[in-house]
Amino acid sequence: MGLIGTSVKRVEDKRFTTGQGRYTDDIKLPGMTYACFVRSPHAHAKINNIDTSAAADMPGVVKIFTGSDEGIAGFGVPCGWQVNFKNGDTMKEPPHPLLVADKARHMGDGVAMVIAESYAEAKDAAEAVVVDWEVLPAVTDAKAGAAAGAPLVHDDAPNNLAFDWALGNDKAEVDAAFDTAHHVTTLEYKNQRLVANAIEPRSAIGQYDTAYDKYTLYTSSQNPHLTRLLMCAFVLGIPEHKVRVVAPDVGGGFGSKIFHYIEEALVTVAAKAIGRPVKWTAERRESFLTDAHGRDHVTKAQMAFDKEGHILALRAKTYANMGAYLSTFAPAVPTYLHGTLLQGLYKTPLIHIDVDAVFTHTTPVDAYRGAGRPEATYLIERLLDTAALEMGMDPAELRFQNFIDPFDGVEEAGYQTQVALQYDSGNYHPVLEKALKMVGYDDFRAEQKAARENGKLLGIGFSTYIEACGIAPSAVVGALGARAGLFESAQVRVQPTGKVSVYTGSHSHGQGHETTFAQVVADKFGIPLEDVDIIHGDSDSVAFGMGTYGSRSLAVGGSAIVKSIEKVIEKGTKIAAHKLECAEADLEFAEGKWTVKGSDKSIAFGDVSLTAYVPHDYPEGLEPGLDFSSFYDPANFTYPFGAHIAIVEIDKETGKVDLKRFIAVDDVGNVINPMIVDGQIHGGVVQGIGQALHEGAVYDASGQLLNGTYMDYTMPRADDFPSFETDRTVTPCPHNPLGVKGAGEAGCIGSTPAVVNAVMDALSPYGIHDIQMPVTSEKVWNIING
Amino acid sequence: MIPSKLAYHRPNNVNEAIQMLQNYGDDCKILAGGHSLIPVLKQRLNDPEHLVDISGLTELKGIRDNEKSITIGAGTTHAEIANSTAVQQHAPMIAQAAASIGDVQVRNFGTIGGSIAHADPAADWPAVLLAADANVVIKNTGGTREVDIDQFFLGLFTTAVQEGEIITAIRIPKTAFNRNSTYVKFPHPASRFAVVGCAAAVAKEGGNVTAARVAFNGVSSKPFRDMGIEKGLKGNALNADTIAAATKNAAAEVSVMSDHFASEKYRRHLAGVYARRALGAL
Ligand SMILES: Cc1cc2nc3c(=O)[nH]c(=O)nc-3n(C[C@H](O)[C@H](O)[C@H](O)COP(=O)(O)OP(=O)(O)OC[C@H]3O[C@@H](n4cnc5c(N)ncnc54)[C@H](O)[C@@H]3O)c2cc1C
Repeated sequence: MGLIGTSVKRVEDKRFTTGQGRYTDDIKLPGMTYACFVRSPHAHAKINNIDTSAAADMPGVVKIFTGSDEGIAGFGVPCGWQVNFKNGDTMKEPPHPLLVADKARHMGDGVAMVIAESYAEAKDAAEAVVVDWEVLPAVTDAKAGAAAGAPLVHDDAPNNLAFDWALGNDKAEVDAAFDTAHHVTTLEYKNQRLVANAIEPRSAIGQYDTAYDKYTLYTSSQNPHLTRLLMCAFVLGIPEHKVRVVAPDVGGGFGSKIFHYIEEALVTVAAKAIGRPVKWTAERRESFLTDAHGRDHVTKAQMAFDKEGHILALRAKTYANMGAYLSTFAPAVPTYLHGTLLQGLYKTPLIHIDVDAVFTHTTPVDAYRGAGRPEATYLIERLLDTAALEMGMDPAELRFQNFIDPFDGVEEAGYQTQVALQYDSGNYHPVLEKALKMVGYDDFRAEQKAARENGKLLGIGFSTYIEACGIAPSAVVGALGARAGLFESAQVRVQPTGKVSVYTGSHSHGQGHETTFAQVVADKFGIPLEDVDIIHGDSDSVAFGMGTYGSRSLAVGGSAIVKSIEKVIEKGTKIAAHKLECAEADLEFAEGKWTVKGSDKSIAFGDVSLTAYVPHDYPEGLEPGLDFSSFYDPANFTYPFGAHIAIVEIDKETGKVDLKRFIAVDDVGNVINPMIVDGQIHGGVVQGIGQALHEGAVYDASGQLLNGTYMDYTMPRADDFPSFETDRTVTPCPHNPLGVKGAGEAGCIGSTPAVVNAVMDALSPYGIHDIQMPVTSEKVWNIING
Repeated sequence: MIPSKLAYHRPNNVNEAIQMLQNYGDDCKILAGGHSLIPVLKQRLNDPEHLVDISGLTELKGIRDNEKSITIGAGTTHAEIANSTAVQQHAPMIAQAAASIGDVQVRNFGTIGGSIAHADPAADWPAVLLAADANVVIKNTGGTREVDIDQFFLGLFTTAVQEGEIITAIRIPKTAFNRNSTYVKFPHPASRFAVVGCAAAVAKEGGNVTAARVAFNGVSSKPFRDMGIEKGLKGNALNADTIAAATKNAAAEVSVMSDHFASEKYRRHLAGVYARRALGAL
C-alpha cells in the first residue's frame, strides 16, 4: 500500500494531545504508598549521624530506610561497560550505593527514603530527618579533578582516575606529522555539562505480589528489559522470571532514562519489605540533581595541515567528567562513542586521541542525545572552521578538499577509519553542495561584507558531521567492554482475523514507533495501518529488548521486525499454496494477497491467517499459527551524515547572538516517515543549539549546582529559533533490510559547532579564535570590547 | 513539589480579607494570582499556616479611566492591563511592560498587585511604575493610605506594605511624560524576567525635555530611578547626542547585581544600552 516513505500522522499523538497518555505517575495501585528521598545538599560531605526518630513519628509515615538498613547496605547499582586502563589495569569501579551511609559524593546523593501514606506526608517527614553533615572540599571540573592534590571522590581511585584510554595511530607518528606540518590549529575548550531535562520526570513504582511471589516495577525508562536484567542479576539478586518491568508511556529521555537508577531498586525492595506498592516521582529539582548529565569534556585538540589545506593529522586529549559514580554506559561515551568518531568525514591519515576519565563530586555523567558523537563532531568541526580562518581558506572548500570519496558499501568496500570503525556507506559531497545551494553561499560573502561595512556582525558557520548509530553489533561492543549485547528482538503475531500485534524490544518515548513501525509492517503485509498494533515497554509481553537510544530503534529493532515479517510471509506462502493448490514458487505476495502468477486466483492475508488458526484444510506437517519471533544483531553500526549551516547576526551593543537561518541537510539512509524524521531533526537541532547558545550546568567552588531550576538553566524555546530549512540526501545503509541509518541524534550532533562557528565567523574582525559554550551574550560582548 | 500543610481561606470582600490578616498575623500570606507565591511555597522557602485568597475579590479588579489618573485594581491581571486601551493611550510603557511578562498563562493569572508586593528585583512592573510616578493604594483596618511609588520599594523583596495590609490599587497620573513613554528589557534567556529593564517617560515642550523619569529593574537589588540620567536630559533636546551624554553613567550610583549570566560590569553596560534604546524611541 506504499506506506513506507509517506508522512503518516502519528497514531500515538491522539492520546498524548488529549491528555490520555499513561505515564508511570498516572498509575495508582491499591494500597499504594509514596516515597520521598532525603538527599545530600552538599557535593561532598561525611555523614556523622542520621537521626530518623522525629520523622518516624510524623503523621502517615510507614517506614524510613537508610543506607545501613539490611537489604540496602552493601547493595548498589552497577556499571554496564568496562574500559580498562591503558596499562591493562582494571577500571576503577567504586560502588554506587542504593543509599549512602557514610559519605555523600554529589549533591542529590540519596541518604534516606521516607515512605508515607501520601507524598505530602512523606515530604514533611523527609524534612524532619536530621543528618549530621561534615562538609568536605569538592571538585567539579574534570581537569581539576585529575590534578595533583584534588579532593578524592573515592579513596581507592588515585587522582580521581576511573581509567585512561587511547586510540588511533602510533602517537610518535602522529606527533611527527605535527612537527613538520605547514600549519597547526589548536583549540582548548570545555564541552560543557548538560542536563537532559526530559519533560516527564523520572518515576518508579515498586509492587510485590505475595500470592505469586512476583515483583512489578513500573518505571519511566528507555529500556525496561535492561533495567530488569541489571536490577535482578547485579543489584538485588532476585530471580529475573519473578520480576516484571513495565515502562509505559514515557515523556522523553534523551539518554537520561537508559540507565538503571537507585530509586528503581529501592522502590522494589521497599515494596516487598512493607507489603504495599511504593511510588516515587522526581521533583524537577531532583531531576536536575540525579538524572545522569551529559557531555562535560575538557579538551585540547589540534589539527595539522599542509600548504594546500590537506589534513595531515589530528590529536586530542580529553578529560571526561564521569561524575561521582560510573553510570550504566558512562565509560563508553568519551571512548568508543567519541574517540572512534574522530575520523569525521575526512581522509585524515593520522589520528590519536587520549582520554582520562575522571571522578568528580557531581551528578554522574552518561549518554545524552548523541553521546560522545556531538563531542567528537564539535572537536573536528570547530578545528576545521578555525583552520580555514587562520589559513585564509574557505571553510566549505576546505571540507570538500578533505572529504572521503563516495562508497556504497556494496560494490565498493566500507571505509576503514584510523580509529577502529568501518563506515558502511557514504557520499559526502552532495550534502554540503545541497546545503550551500540552499543557503545561497555564492551571495552570502558579499552580503556579509556589506553588513560589516554597515557595522553589523554577520557570520556563517559550517558543520559536516558523521555519527555512528544503529547501536550495535554485539560481538564488536563486547570486545570493547560492553557487558550487554546490543541486538533487538521482535515478535510479529498475526491474529486469526489478519490483524497484527507487533511486540518490539525497542521503546518509544516520543519517537513515534507506534507509527513508523506500523508503517513498515502494514506496508510489507499490504494491510491497512489500523490493522497493526505496536506493543512495547512491558517485559511480560515482549520477549526481550535492549531499548531505545543510539538512534537504534528502526535500524536494529525495525530490522528484527522485518525478519519476523519475512518468516510470516514464508509460512503464509506455504498455507496459500496449499489453499490455491499450486506450488509456492508460482505465488507472488503483494497488496495483501497471494496470487498465482499470471492468473486472477488469489487468497487474502486474512484468509491465510484464519487458516493458520483453524487448520482444518492445512499443509501436512506444518505447525498451526502465524506468529514469529526474531532477534536481529546488526552487522555494523550505521553512519548517518550531513551538513549543517548556521547564519547568525550579533547585536554589537549587547553581544546577543541572533540565529537568522539554520540549514540542515541530513542523510539518514532510507526514510520511512519523512514527517517524523524531520521532527527528529528539528528537535535535535534545537537541542544542539541549546548547547551552543544557552545550556550548561554551573557549579560554585563548593560543588553547589547554581542553576538547578528553569529560572536560571536556559532551555531553548521555540521563539529562539528561525524556521529551519531542511532537506536530505539518501544513501541507503547496505547492511540492514530497510536501508535505514537512524535519525534520532543527527540534529543534535551536527548543529552545535555550526552555530559556534557562525559566531566566530561573525566575530572574525576581532581576531579571536575561540569562545566557550554556551555562547552567552556577555561572553560575546567581552570579545567585542576586548 | 508540594507546599507544607496550610489552611486556605476565601474572604468575601477586602474588609473581611484584612480581618483575616489581622487574625492570623505573620502566619498568613495573601494569595492573588499565585504566580510568585505558589513557586515559593512549593519550594518550601516560606511556609505560612494560612492562605487568604483574594483572587476572587471583584473590588480589586479592573481599570478605571478617571479624569486625572488611571486606577488599576491590584487584582487586575497583566493581560488585562496589556490590552487596556486607556493604558495604551495614557501610559504605553505600562501596557508594554505588562505584555512582556512571562507567557500567556502567567499574564492571565498574575496580577500587578501581587507582582509589586512580591518585589522581585527582576520583575517588570517596578521600573514602569517608578517612571510613571504612580501611587500605591494600601488598605488596612485603619483605612486607606497612598504611598508614593518612590517610597514603595524598600529593597530585595521588601516594600512599604506592612503586616495586615492589602494593596488595593495602583494610580497612574495622566501626564505628558506618561503619554510619551516606553519600556524595553533584556530578558533573561531562561526566566524571561529582566536582566535589565528600563522604563523611560519624557515630556517635551518646543523640542526640549521638560520632565523625564527613567527607571530600571533587574540592575540592582532594588528598582530605582536614575537621577543622573533624568537630570542630564532635562532642558535639552532629545537626540542621539544628548541621550548618549545623559546615559553615559547609567546606573553609576547604585550597587549592581552580579550572577553567572551577567556580571556587574555587563549589567551596568546593559543599563546604558537599554536607557539609550528606550529614550531613542521617544
Ligand atoms: C513562569 C513565570 C514567568 C514569569 N515571568 C515574569 C516576567 O517575565 N516578568 C515579571 O515581572 N514577572 C514574571 N513572573 C511573575 C508574575 O508576574 C507574577 O504573577 C507576579 O509577580 C505575582 O503576582 P500574583 O498575582 O501571581 O501574586 P501571588 O503570587 O499570588 O503573590 C505574590 C506576593 O504578593 C503578595 N500579594 C499578592 N497580592 C497582594 C495584594 N493585593 N496586597 C498585598 N500583597 C499581595 C502575596 O502575599 C505574595 O507574597 C513570572 C511568573 C512565572 C510563574
